[in-house]
Amino acid sequence: MTTNGLIQILFYLIALTALGYPLGIFMAKVYRRERTFLDPMLGPVERFLYRLSGVNADEEMDWKQNAIAMLLFNAAGFLVLYALQRLQPMLPLNPQGFPAVSPDSSFNTAVSFASNTNWQGYGGETTMSYLTQMLGLTVQNFVSAATGMAVLALFLRGLARHSAKTLGNFWVDLTRSVLYILLPLAIIVSLVLVSQGVIQNFSAYKTVQLVEAAVDANSAPLTEQVLPMGPAASQIAIKQLGTNGGGFFNVNSSHPYENPTSLSNFVEMLSILLIAGALCFTFGRMVNDMRQGWAVYAAMTLVFVVMVGSAYRAEQVGNPAFEKMSIDQRASSVNSGGNMEGKEVRFGIANSALWATATTAASNGSVNSMHDSYTGLGGFVLLFMMQLGEVVYGGVGSGLYGMLVFVIVAVFVAGLLVGRTPEYLGHKIEAFEMKMSSLLILFMPITVLGLTAFALVTEAGRATIYNPGAHGFSEVLYLFTSQGNNNGSAFAGIGANTPFYNLWGGIAMIIARYWLAIPTLALAGSLASKKLVPVTEGTLPTHTPLFVGWLIAIVLLVGALNFLPALALGPIVEHLMMNLLF
Amino acid sequence: MTTLQVTKSKSGYDPEMLRQALVDSLAKLNPRNMVRNPVMFVVEVGSVLTTALWVQALWGNGEAPASFVGAISVWLWFTVLFANFAEAFAEGRGKAQAQALRNARSETRAKLLAEPRRGSAFENVASTELKKDDIILVEAGDIISADGEVVEGIASVDESAITGESAPVIRESGGDRSAVTGGTKVLSDWLIVRVTIEPGGGFLDRMIKLIEGAKRQKTPNEIALNILLAAFTIIFLVVCVTLLPFSIYSVEAAGQGVPITVTVLVALLVCLIPTTIGGLLSAIGIAGMDRMIRHNIIATSGRAVEAAGDVDVLLLDKTGTITLGNRMASEFIPSDGVSLERLANAAQLSSLADETPEGRSIVVLAKEKYGLRARDIASAHMRFVPFTAQTRMSGADILPQNGEATRSIRKGASAAIKSFVELQHGKFPAGLQSVIDEISKRGGTPLLVAENADVLGVIHLKDVVKGGIKERFARLRAMGIKTVMITGDNPLTATAIAAEAGVDDFLAEAKPEDKLKLIRDHQKGGRLVAMTGDGTNDAPALAQADVAVAMNTGTQAAREAANMVDLDSNPTKLLEVVEIGKQLLMTRGALTTFSIANDVAKYFAILPAAFVSTYPVLGALNIMGLATPESAILSAVIFNALIIVALIPLALRGIKYTPMKAAALLRRHLVIYGLGGLVAPFIGIKLVDTLLGALGLV
Repeated sequence: MTTNGLIQILFYLIALTALGYPLGIFMAKVYRRERTFLDPMLGPVERFLYRLSGVNADEEMDWKQNAIAMLLFNAAGFLVLYALQRLQPMLPLNPQGFPAVSPDSSFNTAVSFASNTNWQGYGGETTMSYLTQMLGLTVQNFVSAATGMAVLALFLRGLARHSAKTLGNFWVDLTRSVLYILLPLAIIVSLVLVSQGVIQNFSAYKTVQLVEAAVDANSAPLTEQVLPMGPAASQIAIKQLGTNGGGFFNVNSSHPYENPTSLSNFVEMLSILLIAGALCFTFGRMVNDMRQGWAVYAAMTLVFVVMVGSAYRAEQVGNPAFEKMSIDQRASSVNSGGNMEGKEVRFGIANSALWATATTAASNGSVNSMHDSYTGLGGFVLLFMMQLGEVVYGGVGSGLYGMLVFVIVAVFVAGLLVGRTPEYLGHKIEAFEMKMSSLLILFMPITVLGLTAFALVTEAGRATIYNPGAHGFSEVLYLFTSQGNNNGSAFAGIGANTPFYNLWGGIAMIIARYWLAIPTLALAGSLASKKLVPVTEGTLPTHTPLFVGWLIAIVLLVGALNFLPALALGPIVEHLMMNLLF
Repeated sequence: MTTLQVTKSKSGYDPEMLRQALVDSLAKLNPRNMVRNPVMFVVEVGSVLTTALWVQALWGNGEAPASFVGAISVWLWFTVLFANFAEAFAEGRGKAQAQALRNARSETRAKLLAEPRRGSAFENVASTELKKDDIILVEAGDIISADGEVVEGIASVDESAITGESAPVIRESGGDRSAVTGGTKVLSDWLIVRVTIEPGGGFLDRMIKLIEGAKRQKTPNEIALNILLAAFTIIFLVVCVTLLPFSIYSVEAAGQGVPITVTVLVALLVCLIPTTIGGLLSAIGIAGMDRMIRHNIIATSGRAVEAAGDVDVLLLDKTGTITLGNRMASEFIPSDGVSLERLANAAQLSSLADETPEGRSIVVLAKEKYGLRARDIASAHMRFVPFTAQTRMSGADILPQNGEATRSIRKGASAAIKSFVELQHGKFPAGLQSVIDEISKRGGTPLLVAENADVLGVIHLKDVVKGGIKERFARLRAMGIKTVMITGDNPLTATAIAAEAGVDDFLAEAKPEDKLKLIRDHQKGGRLVAMTGDGTNDAPALAQADVAVAMNTGTQAAREAANMVDLDSNPTKLLEVVEIGKQLLMTRGALTTFSIANDVAKYFAILPAAFVSTYPVLGALNIMGLATPESAILSAVIFNALIIVALIPLALRGIKYTPMKAAALLRRHLVIYGLGGLVAPFIGIKLVDTLLGALGLV
């Protein structure tokens, strides 16, 4: 590890916290419907939207009504996106004349973007028209992120309220998430990215002369190259901010038109965790106890730091096999050293490892390096970050409510240890809460492990595993881990755009998003209805370093117990095969 | 109390009970019983499965050597049996104690009256045949056959059989002393009792139901914990089931080794699911009830025992709980120009015939502090003036002797004494008023003493706070429990006593309905309220409180409304109740943490063993250096079974509770049971492995 790399990671964390805190406070204002500096501009727009859609913004709903609203809205988004892909040749803004996307791929992509996963079984620049990208994918980038944030807002009100029947109004939270938070931030980030050279146009693809002549596979000389174009900057900003991750181009943010400079890289990386991290402070403010927000933020950040450190170190140490091939893996002022396979030279090891850890931490899934080419331990970190249940930061909204479910489990066991019926923020944690929390923790490993096993025993699943040995296993595990956690990043090395993987991956994404959101809302409804338990001497404080440590232990332990056997047959074997112990 | 303790400790570990528990643990293998406990049910299914695999291996076509499959199978059966034994043993102990209480009243005959009056014809029936609302006659020497209410008569009753207190108590119809308990003995006179319970519905019978595992209703917290344990069990089931295809694929991909066997998968599953807590959960609950009996408390609801650990507010009656029943003289304060001795002398004279506790305390104070011997009443030529509601004074007139005039000594409240001296043209000393006010302010009662027209001074009567009570309240405060004193006194007096006793708050001039309102207010604020009571007028409040302990000396109504009865009638017993409630939760939490933390080591034992043939590099994970794959797996299973046995004493005894802040308690328990749970199995499994190797068993 180089000092330079470590300083960059440290700087990243400082920037994340420094920007996240005020943003978090601002978001709390948005969800509490307090006046913000954007009101004069956006207030009329907001009211117009409510009038247009017939939403009574002052009418609150209980958890069931909110859950139904959320499901209906997402189902509509899914159908629109599916139709756009299937009808693409008949619709405008298709200068390349792309044909209709196949039914299974359309299904997978529609689920993927509606569920904030942004798994991409297709290559953007060779499949999707500009209209599909903008009206379909970019719109979903906004509303799928806003859905997660709205569910979180409802959940936080459940924690903040006592003896209440309602949680708020999903439509209002959704609208305000887009209008006041995602749109303004996306505009700022887009402008910064454009300034760095990220493209934003509607041109047809350009053919250019190669600077240096090359030969193709048949040794025929090549002199020109087709450069894809399109409105990239606007989609990239929101794909990062909304933990979507679906790139405009197939290679995502390692493409120079998506991510040209170090500054664009830093801004995009910061955008991955910005909202998800800031929501911790929103939580603190909404429950009127900032310490609680800090505690959760601290727990997430500590896990993240350890994971970034491990991934960075693993990649910097590199691969002993390369030594034998006379590849220099030592870091120097002109060479970042380490395992550079699948990494961009302009980003180097530190920024690749940091991005990879952040993107798997945040259920974002955008990449600036190829995860498939990471070392055994590096790949382990990326898999494990997702297998924690996408709760270390996690997706915008979904990450925090996932983490708060772990908090409830931690509080339950800790409460027993101190001899009191467990309580969190004045809510008694009883059988119903444990039932919902258990469901929430259960679904993910069952989906991921079950589907991985299913793929390995079916011919259709095994047919497109291109890599041999333990790595082939890791790829299948990664695929379902990614989709089963709404992450969307890919290990690649596997033919995923097949009916088999499109269908089952789609199902994994549906379960991960919606089956989890429903018990979450039920939990919120139950918490809100509880009487306030006042804080006494006997109350267990949930903001202390001790509790943060306990929460981390629970998150890591549950993740490890769920996935250690599977990991042992994949990345752990790969790592040990490199003759390294650590 | 003492007699009971003896029988109990004797029944603690007798061989007959152990034998019975062993038999019961076999009987509990019935799947219909096991399914109540999802974790152990999975282990039983695993045991059956491995047994079948063992039979298959015996026929020569098994997936692994018969000796290995057989050994795993045997230890899985042991795991189930150990858990069953824990439950059976806890049950046995609880029942033995309840039986000791029950024996006191079984085999008695009852005199069933035809009409509810003395002298009516009666029929001699077995006490078990009695029904609710039957009227029975109990005479001197009889044992009362069932719980009931006295409808006629007054008698002294020996309740030592259930309270251990040898002094007889008075039971009479009407009022607060009308309840009688089955099993107690009438010493003198007679009672006509209306039976108030169905046979089998008595407190003891209800308690026994809480102890019997099969009939026991799970408490709310137990249900919540069970859900979490079931979730873990399902997760591990999925982990283990999916491991089979993973392993098969890996063997194909690596081109070497053999896939994981079903035996090893079952072994892994049983090691991973939280068997330690799953196996002991029921025993912990039963042992909690059992500890209640040890403290001479009969609980009629498991939910209440559990809730006791959460109590935020404790309501206590002042009289009899915080203070001794009566006010005591503590000081004599003479008026100006009157000697202390003269005042003490007069005070004593005025109280010689006063049989009230206050009166006696004045005599005693004068004797102890001023050396005034109590004089013979007859020889002193005295005529005593008893207290009447009209004069509101008592005292004595000393008849003229040796030419002296009659001395009229009176004591009473200041208003009464004032009019007494003024009637004789005396003057009320100006300086005395401030003394009187001062005493009132400090919560005391000023009693004035006058001789003829002179006010001699004041006797300071005060409530005496029970010894040690302040320390008990301090302990409650350390637990986070607020104590509230309920008293009929005026606020001034109440403040002083509250300060002296160290309670956090008080309710002065309280009427029974105020108590109820206070409880409701606290509950509305989300607090859990505990109270003790004995009178019929306490019943509504007892019924409203979350944890209500009725004194055994209390009325039937109070005992019915409460969810616990304290046989010792000691109101501060609530402290023990709270501790038992907390212990119950803590023990569950500790074993859950321990159980889950254990899994880490088990992975390190079993995973390398299961996959080393496919990927030899995974041998690096065998950090314990276990001898062979078979021995590694068997050691993990054996450790997993033995840890249940090793923790039975802890489950039965409960974790010791030391009052401290929640965060400190959490830190301590996390270190012991979290870190301990992480480390212990590494050592334990290695030990078992070494032992197996040394014995040449693997």
